[in-house]
Amino acid sequence: MSAARPLTATDPTGTHTISVFVNNKPGVLVRVALVFARRGFNIESLVVSPGAEGRFSRMTITCSGRNEDLGQVVKQVAKLVDVVHAVDHTADSAYSVEIALMKLECALDERTHILQIAEHYKARVVDFGPKALMLQAHGSSEKLDALTELLRPFALVEVIRSGKLLMARGEGRT
Amino acid sequence: MDSKAPTGGEKLIQCLEREGVEYVFGLSGGAAMPMFDALVDSKIKLILVRHEQGATHMADGYARSTGKPGVVLVTSGPGATNTVTGLFTALMDSAPIVVICGQTIAPMLGKDAFQEADVTGITYPVVKHSYLVKRADDIPRIVREAFHVATTGRPGPVLIDVPKDIGQGPCTAPFTDDLDLPGYTVPSRGDPALIAEAARLLSESRRPLLYVGHGAVISGAGKAITTLAEKLRAPVVNTLLGKGAVDERHPLHLGMLGMHGTAYANKAVANCDLIMAIGARWDDRITGKVEEFCAGAVKIHIDIDPAEFDKIITPHVSLLGDARLVVEDLIPLIEMAQTEAWLAQCDRWRRQHPLKYPKRGGLRAQHVLDRLNALTQGDAIVTTDVGQHQMWAAQFCLASNNRHWISSGGAGTMGFGWPAAIGAAFANPHKKVWAVVGDGGFQMTQCELATAQIHKVRAKCLIINNNYLGMIRQWQELFYDNRLSGADLVGNPDFVKLAEAYGVKGFRIRRPADVDRILRKAHDYDDGPCVVVAEVVKEDNVFPMIPAGAAVHEMIIEPPRQALAKPTGST
Repeated sequence: MSAARPLTATDPTGTHTISVFVNNKPGVLVRVALVFARRGFNIESLVVSPGAEGRFSRMTITCSGRNEDLGQVVKQVAKLVDVVHAVDHTADSAYSVEIALMKLECALDERTHILQIAEHYKARVVDFGPKALMLQAHGSSEKLDALTELLRPFALVEVIRSGKLLMARGEGRT
Repeated sequence: MDSKAPTGGEKLIQCLEREGVEYVFGLSGGAAMPMFDALVDSKIKLILVRHEQGATHMADGYARSTGKPGVVLVTSGPGATNTVTGLFTALMDSAPIVVICGQTIAPMLGKDAFQEADVTGITYPVVKHSYLVKRADDIPRIVREAFHVATTGRPGPVLIDVPKDIGQGPCTAPFTDDLDLPGYTVPSRGDPALIAEAARLLSESRRPLLYVGHGAVISGAGKAITTLAEKLRAPVVNTLLGKGAVDERHPLHLGMLGMHGTAYANKAVANCDLIMAIGARWDDRITGKVEEFCAGAVKIHIDIDPAEFDKIITPHVSLLGDARLVVEDLIPLIEMAQTEAWLAQCDRWRRQHPLKYPKRGGLRAQHVLDRLNALTQGDAIVTTDVGQHQMWAAQFCLASNNRHWISSGGAGTMGFGWPAAIGAAFANPHKKVWAVVGDGGFQMTQCELATAQIHKVRAKCLIINNNYLGMIRQWQELFYDNRLSGADLVGNPDFVKLAEAYGVKGFRIRRPADVDRILRKAHDYDDGPCVVVAEVVKEDNVFPMIPAGAAVHEMIIEPPRQALAKPTGST
């Protein structure tokens, strides 16, 4: 209950991060996604992987929608029979990280600035071809947003991000 | 293959027997044949319906009149998709039904096989839970879980989709009582600290009101609520689906609240200083304009479903638990509140604004239902369809007993009333069962006259025939300058002749003077189903009325003299 309290932000819509612990079964993702869709929430990113016990999966969902509806969405997700628990982590200090791959199309002699930026953001070059290079970066979602904006002027042709991975700190339940 | 092992279909039917199932309401088809074949050797009685929607409402009527789950068995594709309306109806009104569908063979899933539909996919939003069976050996566990989930907590519909090869193949797994439901918990007793807080607020209130919903019916909380109301000296109102939990003839009972509730119930709502919802969900039919609903009053909410808290109303105290257990725990903590002035005020409203209808100008639905009420004295099970007749029945047919009033509330499903009455009559062979339906809704499931007649089910169908979709016509008259669009049911059949074509006894009421005599005849008719057609005045409106989205105090008690603004509420 306490985890499901609506946010008190002044912005009526916002981005939220919700962790959902579910049975690892076919169809569970659809059931969860339908709750978001019915309340007009857009799922921005979604990570699903098996939990410590293989019979369960953990979903980390970032979504945008009306703050005042969020508590209801979390409760309706938690109510699904296949959902063990659902927790809103938007306002707490859980550890989170995200990985991004970025492809830039540029000739060899145009890469000095790109590599400077990459170094500053501790992004690794994972593919270095004659006409394109690929960077791998990780960190907070905000850091990856900033990196993307900096690289956009340099023929950034593809970006893929893992979506936010999140875990509660200490002994807290995710 | 072990020759002794039952088939998946046989095991499934044996599991139903083990759950105590008496009746299966169904319609056969290719993919469901393994289960239908197994029914031949079962003590479970198959009730062959004429349309799958009818089967779901029969199971729903069976379930709501008993508290036991109703079971439906249909085939794949269109057989299964025809159950969607019934699943939705059961979900909205928290009715425990289990729908078992045949499905194409597992290797053909997703390959557009004949009569293949993605039934689990189609039904996700209208079930409490569902299963697509992948291994025959999962059948015993899945059936046990399905019945557990359907009937516990906030009840609801559960669907089991069974591919034909799994129904035909061997099942070697034993029966089981083990549940694998780590994400499913059933609240029971409430938090003692919150109960104490609620008791303090109730005892301090001068104008308390108990607002009783379907959750009170489901948990059997009526007796406890009556004790609470008497101890506290608090008036009681109920929702459409809460009828019967507390005897509506009790002196503290003010009848139904909400859009077409009694004026005195709604005046009590608008003037109370504390309102306690017991298994009710602050539906838009109840609150009208939410911002103005009981704005200054303390709100307490008892519910078994935590997702109902803060959904429409943010209560001062949210009490998670079973309605009966929570109210029972409240009773010893309650002190009699000082409510004499409040009760006197409620009684003045009751005298000033009684339910009434014109006694002249032809046969009135209200008159027929008022006399049906006098005849049954709250002892019959009454089901309804949806529309004007439903609201008049809710106003005039007072429910005195739990599970004696069955109506499609949340979904508002036309075509519900008649098959629901058939299901209730199967479950209660020694009770009088009356369906009150309109001419519009009746025609959506009238084919179940055949089902009722074949089994000589003693359900009685009172058709309030005004040759209109009456509630539509009422709204168009009041809010759309009487520009009627899609409301006129010109071309209705002669319903008495229609009944007779099925071999069903038909009665007709044309004049007010005939009402008592013919209702009595139908009430005493015991040879099977019967139909009573009341040919009522074409144009009549349900009042009181709170237009959708209006505040409770804006209630229209009598027919308005001037045009009304279009309602702002949802529907």
